[in-house]
Amino acid sequence: MKMAKTIDWPSLRADFPILDQQVHGKPLIYFDNAATSQKPRAVIDALVHYYEHDNANVHRGIHELSNRATAGYEAARTRAARFINARNADEIIFTRGTTEGINLVASSWGAKNLKSGDVILLTEMEHHSNLVPWQLLAQRTGAKLAYVPVTGDEGLLDLSKLDSLLTKQVKLFAMVHISNSMGTVNPVADLCARARKLGITTLVDAAQSAGHCPVDVQAIGCDFLAFSGHKICGPTGIGVLWGRQELLDAMPPYQGGGEMILSVEYQKTEFKKAPHRFEAGTPDISGPIGLHAAMDYLDAIGRENIWKHDQELATYAYEKLAALKNIRLFGPKTGRAGLVSFLIKDVHAHDVVTLADQAGVALRGGHHCTQPLMHKLGVESTARASFYFYNTKAEVDRFVEVVKEIQKFFGQ
Amino acid sequence: MFEDLNDLYQQVILDHCKKPRNFHEMPQATCSAQGHNPLCGDRLQLFLALDGDTIKDISFVGSGCCISKASASLLTEFAKGKTKADVEKMFGQVHEMVTTGNVQGDVGKLAVFAGVYKFPARVKCAILSWHAVMAALKGDAKPVSTENEQT
Ligand SMILES: Cc1ncc(COP(=O)(O)O)c(C=O)c1O
Repeated sequence: MKMAKTIDWPSLRADFPILDQQVHGKPLIYFDNAATSQKPRAVIDALVHYYEHDNANVHRGIHELSNRATAGYEAARTRAARFINARNADEIIFTRGTTEGINLVASSWGAKNLKSGDVILLTEMEHHSNLVPWQLLAQRTGAKLAYVPVTGDEGLLDLSKLDSLLTKQVKLFAMVHISNSMGTVNPVADLCARARKLGITTLVDAAQSAGHCPVDVQAIGCDFLAFSGHKICGPTGIGVLWGRQELLDAMPPYQGGGEMILSVEYQKTEFKKAPHRFEAGTPDISGPIGLHAAMDYLDAIGRENIWKHDQELATYAYEKLAALKNIRLFGPKTGRAGLVSFLIKDVHAHDVVTLADQAGVALRGGHHCTQPLMHKLGVESTARASFYFYNTKAEVDRFVEVVKEIQKFFGQ
Repeated sequence: MFEDLNDLYQQVILDHCKKPRNFHEMPQATCSAQGHNPLCGDRLQLFLALDGDTIKDISFVGSGCCISKASASLLTEFAKGKTKADVEKMFGQVHEMVTTGNVQGDVGKLAVFAGVYKFPARVKCAILSWHAVMAALKGDAKPVSTENEQT
């Protein structure tokens, strides 16, 4: 355990140029961090520096700039391995984001390992990106989908059903670490351990966790884990897929092209080993370099500290909203991650978001890419406030005032 | 706090959203169409009883935001007793109005939607029921979606 240190949160906030602005004449309160986080100066500078000084293609040139670009790209891979405590950097594949990471596993691992009659186990709270790729795979292979149920508005997994769901037919168990629509923190280490005992391969969607709490793939004990750079202070268009070396080595390529080959003849090709086998074509180079800066930035604060900060804000917001009349709250009462999903009685989430926006508060309203879960809960959408370390209690106070004003506006 | 929103949420809109008119199913409908706004999850179904080219009765059901509900409600009020051609003409006027703010000709009460164009994210909400009524009049069986709406 690292020593808890005192963090100067307001000075961290000053690292984010975008936060210092007015929206509709009101100070911006950015509460849409679960959709994407803002970027600190250090990340923006890393991108500018790369394009101003080091830009070249990677792994191809022999000249100085290409060497620098390649070194920066591969250093980011090593950094990403350390970020999630992977055994080595060859287990890190750069992707466009969580979505592409999961699609890569579904296409490559899935096509090789799944057949008709097999079962892919998911949870009812999956983001569409950890659901649709498996549906497509099921359609291609004849495999079936099964779901660990969610208990209703509290948004917890009903684990009493798990034993009966973990049948011999289950080949893969894919689960979200932190739910983006409910704020639930799933016991992924426990779930992976139970799956592993039965020889089931596991994948963890860490889109909402990687930048918010310590994530250690060895401690979780999963086989694959995916996250997105843009949600953890990095640029858009870059993400990480981690996979156990022995699984990656046995997987066929995802896409074909340059960079991923050892030798090509007109009729056949010999592929590189992982991770390069899975990175066809000129990759996003500035992305990993910006992501490297983001990971350094987050770990200088300490993700355990960020976690505490976000949880405190979320609990504070949850309690203040719960004290209001006519509010329906989603997600667990305790131990929630840094977001609050809610509805005002008889007011559509999109109206809430439009009104909040006029007051400078950026919320998200909609199904949060979890339509099946919304339907199960009998709602079309919810409004969501999601926090990060640069948000403050004063912002939550203001947000709650705005919610009260919205209620008044609709005559409540 | 929300002074600038008076353009969007006019009193008439708030009233129709809270108390939508013609808000029921219609077993004797001669045609019907569904509208779906994938962004918001808004869904509504329109029912029309046509007598030749005249809309003798029209109603809707569904769930959605204030703007989409009020729009559907005001549409039904407008369309009752009108002809297909009247509705098609008004579709053009409403579409122009909610996307650009230009009000061409007399749009009656529907003028309350003239401010919607300032809120690009909400244009689809205002136009959903109009796409649905056009589909119903054309006899399209497939639910219409605002997915391809150019705003
Ligand atoms: C839980 C979860 N999984 C997956 C994703 C998909 O991430 P991306 O769109 O960056 O690929 C998101 C965010 O949109 C998410 O919140």
